[in-house]
Amino acid sequence: MGSVPLLEMRNIKKDFFGNQVLSDINLTLNEGEVIGLVGENGAGKSTLMKILFGADVIRETGGYGGDILLNGEKVSFASPFDAIAAGIGMVHQEFSLIPGFSATENILLNRESKRKSVLSEIISDRMDTLNRKEMDTRAQDAIKKMGVNIDQDMRINNMPVGHKQFTEIARELSKKQLKLLILDEPTAVLTEKEAEALLESIRGMSKRGIAVIFITHRLGEILSVCDKVVTMRDGYIVNESPAKDTNVAEITHWMVGRSVDGADVNYVTEDTGKDKRTILSIRKLWVDMPGETVRNVNLDVREGEILGIGGLAGQGKLGIPNGVMGLYQAGGQVTFDGEEIPLNDPRKCLDSNFAFVSEDRRGVGLLLDESLEWNVSFPAMQVQNKYLKSFFGGLIKWRDDAAIKEVTKKYIDELKIKCTSSTQKAKELSGGNQQKVCLAKAFALEPKLLFVSEPTRGIDVGAKALVLDALKKFNKEKGVTIVMVSSELEELRQTCDRIAVVSGGKVAGILPAGECLERFGELMLQNC
Amino acid sequence: MNKYNVSDILRRFSVPIMFVLICVICAPISGLSPSYLANEIVTRMGRNAFLILSLLIPIMAGMGLNFSMTLGAMAGEIGLILVCDWQIIGIPGMILAMIISIPISALLGLFCGKVLNMAKGREMITSYIISFFINGIYQLVVLYLMGPVIPIKHSTIKLPRGYGVRNTVSLLSMRQKLDNLIPLSIAGVKIPVATFIIVFLLCLVIVWFRKTKLGQDMRAVGQDMEVAKDAGINVERTRIISMVLSTVFAGVGMIIYLQNMGNIATYSSHSQIGMFCIAALLVGGASVDKASIGNVFLGIVLFHTMFIVAPKAGTVITGDSMIGEYFRVFVSYAVITVALVMYETNKRKNKSKAGEQLALDQEAANE
Repeated sequence: MGSVPLLEMRNIKKDFFGNQVLSDINLTLNEGEVIGLVGENGAGKSTLMKILFGADVIRETGGYGGDILLNGEKVSFASPFDAIAAGIGMVHQEFSLIPGFSATENILLNRESKRKSVLSEIISDRMDTLNRKEMDTRAQDAIKKMGVNIDQDMRINNMPVGHKQFTEIARELSKKQLKLLILDEPTAVLTEKEAEALLESIRGMSKRGIAVIFITHRLGEILSVCDKVVTMRDGYIVNESPAKDTNVAEITHWMVGRSVDGADVNYVTEDTGKDKRTILSIRKLWVDMPGETVRNVNLDVREGEILGIGGLAGQGKLGIPNGVMGLYQAGGQVTFDGEEIPLNDPRKCLDSNFAFVSEDRRGVGLLLDESLEWNVSFPAMQVQNKYLKSFFGGLIKWRDDAAIKEVTKKYIDELKIKCTSSTQKAKELSGGNQQKVCLAKAFALEPKLLFVSEPTRGIDVGAKALVLDALKKFNKEKGVTIVMVSSELEELRQTCDRIAVVSGGKVAGILPAGECLERFGELMLQNC
Repeated sequence: MNKYNVSDILRRFSVPIMFVLICVICAPISGLSPSYLANEIVTRMGRNAFLILSLLIPIMAGMGLNFSMTLGAMAGEIGLILVCDWQIIGIPGMILAMIISIPISALLGLFCGKVLNMAKGREMITSYIISFFINGIYQLVVLYLMGPVIPIKHSTIKLPRGYGVRNTVSLLSMRQKLDNLIPLSIAGVKIPVATFIIVFLLCLVIVWFRKTKLGQDMRAVGQDMEVAKDAGINVERTRIISMVLSTVFAGVGMIIYLQNMGNIATYSSHSQIGMFCIAALLVGGASVDKASIGNVFLGIVLFHTMFIVAPKAGTVITGDSMIGEYFRVFVSYAVITVALVMYETNKRKNKSKAGEQLALDQEAANE
C-alpha cells in the first residue's frame, strides 16, 4: 500500500473542565482495516469517537487538542453532519430509529428518493413526492451489502432488537460516501447467531474497502474479526497490537491492570464477614430501567458492611438501587430486617430507613434552586418529621430554622463543602460539592441502609477521596450498611468489603475487594 | 391470542361504538323521519368536513389535537365581515374572503407554531390557551378597531354607536351559494355537490401530502423528534409548517361553514367550533396521535346524528328541550376528556408491558 492512511489521529487531547480524559492519542487506520477498540468504562473510548464524529458535546466543552487527518488532509468537523459528509458513519449504542416506520423508511431517513412534482418547482423541494420503488431497491442494496437479511417492509416496533441494530447498520451502509464505520457495542443486544452474522458482515465490509472501528466488551469477537486491537485505559492508549498475536487474558490484563502507585492502599482481601447477619435480601429482582435492565438478581447484603456493585456501563448495576428504591418499575422480593419491602413505592423504602444518593445528581439528587439548608434537611423533614416544631399536638407544624441551620453547618464542616454560606443555592456549587450535599442529605436521614450510586462520577480527585472517606467514616461510626454502585473498580476496591460484579443484568459473582484484577475482569465480561 | 385481539379492538374503538349505540337508541325515540335525518346529516357533512380535515396535519406531525384551529376560524370571520361590508356577493365574495383570510391565518399559524415549539410535549394545552389569547385580540379588532381604523361603512354591520361590529352579521348574499352551485337532490335529500367536490379535493391533497417529502418528514418528526433531528430534518420548521397549513385550512373551512349557516355570530361562532370539530374527530375513532380521513367522515356522521336525535329524544322523554342542548355540550367535552385519558393510559400501559415482559423472561429462565 504505502499510500496515505485513511484516518490518522495525532496527539489527540481532551479535557472536561480541567479533568483530563484523553492524553496523546495516536491512531492510524488504513482502508479496509478493522480495529478493535477496548477499554473499561471511562477509559475514553466514547470520547475519542465523539471527537472523531464531530459531536456537539465536544465543541460545547471547549474542543479538543491535536489533529485528525482524513486521507492525509486535516479535517475539523463542526457537526456530525460534516463527519457524515466526509464518509464517516457511526452506529450508536442507543437506537436512532423511528418506531412507526418500516426498515426501508428508516434506512433512507431524510435521504429518500424523490420525484419532482409541479408544486416542488413553485414552493420547495420538500413538496417532491417519494419514489417508493427506488427507495425499496436502494434499501435492498444496503441490506445486501450488509449480508444479513432483514425484512425491509417490517415496522421497527415489530422487530426483534437485533434487527433494529441491523437496520441501523444498513442505514450507514446505504450512504454512498461511507469509508469508515464506527460500531459502538453493536453486539451487546444481539443473540450469538446474530452477532456471528454481524461479524461476517464486518469482514465483508472490510473486503469492500470500508474501514471499521469496532468497540465491544466481547473480546472473543475482537480477536476473530479485527486486524488490530487497541486497548485504552485512563485516557491513554496502553497497547496496540495485531489481533493474531494476542489473547483474551492478555487484553483483559491491559484493560484493568493499572499502575498501582503507593503501597498505602489497604484492600480487604478476605471475606471476613461470613458470620454477620444478612440484613437486606434481594430475590428475583427485575428492573425496567432503560439502558440498565436488571434481570433475575439475587443478592444478600450483610449488616454493617460496605457492599460494592461493579460492572461495565449498561449491564444493569445502576438498575439495582434504582429498582429497589422504586424509581423505576421493578418486580421481585426485597426483604429488609425480616420485613418485606414493597417495590415501586419510594415512600415505603424511605419509611423503612433506606436512603439513596442517586447517580443523577442534578435531576434526582438536588433541589437546584434552593439553599443548602433546604437541600440537606428536606428529606428528613418530609420523611421523618425532623427539624419541625409542632404546635397544638402536631396539628400545625412549623419549620425549625435554627435546627436546620445547625445541621447544615455541621455537615458543611464535616464534609468540607465549599460554599459562601449555608443559604447559598445548590446549583451554584461545583460538582464535587454538590455531591457532598447529596451525601449530607442522606446522612441527615440517619438511615439504616444507604444506597450510593456513582458517588464520584464527574468530580475531581480531591473531592473523590473526601467523598469516599466520608462514606467509610459514616459506615464505621454509625454502623450503617452501605451499598455502593460505581463503574470505577479501583474505587470500589478501596472502599468496600465485598464487590458484586453485575454483567448482563445479573450478578456474575461476589468477590472480596482485594481479589486480583483478572478475576474481576473475567466476571465483568461473563454475560455481556 | 384471537380473543385478546377482539378486546383490544373493542377498547381501541370504544368511543365510536358507544356513539353508535347512543344513535341507535335515540333515533327511534326522537321520532324524526329518516329522510329528515339524511338531509340533516348530508348538510352537516358539507358544513363541517373541511374544518375537521384541517385537524389531520398537526396530528401527523405529532402535535396532537390542534385546539388553536380557532385562530383560523377567526381569520375566516374577519375575511367574511370585510367582504360583506364591501358588498361583494355570492361565490366571488367567498373567494375574496378566503384570499383575505389566508395571510391572516398563515401569520397566526406561524405565531402559534413558534410558541408550540417552545412548549414541546405540551402542545394541546398550550394551543388551547393560545386560542383564548387570540380571541382577546380578535375582540379588540372587531369591537374597537373596525370602524375607526379598519373602515366599515354599512350600518347593518356596524354597531349603532359608530364603531365595532354587530353581534350577528347576515350573510344572506352568500347563504348556501356554494352548496347550491350545482343543484342535485336524490330521493328528497339535497346534496351540496360543489362543497363536496371541494372537500374531496382537500382529501386528495391530504392523501398526496402524506406521500411528499414534507409529509414523510412530518411523520418522522411526529414519532421521534430527536431521531428526526439527528437525521438532519429541520424539526422546528416542519412543526411550524404543519401549524400554518392547519390554520389556513381551518380559515377556509370556517368560510364554507358560515356560508352554509347564513350568518356570523361575530363573538361566538369561532369559540366552540374547535371543541365540536375535535369531539367529532375523536368520535370517529381518532386518537391524539393517529387520525385518518375515514375517522373524519365516520365522526361527522356519528357525532351529528347524536346532535340531531339526542335533543329531540330528550324533549320526548322529559318534555324539556333544554336537556338536549345541555346533553350535546356535555357529551362533546366528555368525549374529549375520555380520549385524552385513554391516550395517557395506553401510553402507560405500553410502558408497563416492557416490565411484564422482563418478568416473564425471568420466569422462563428460572424453569
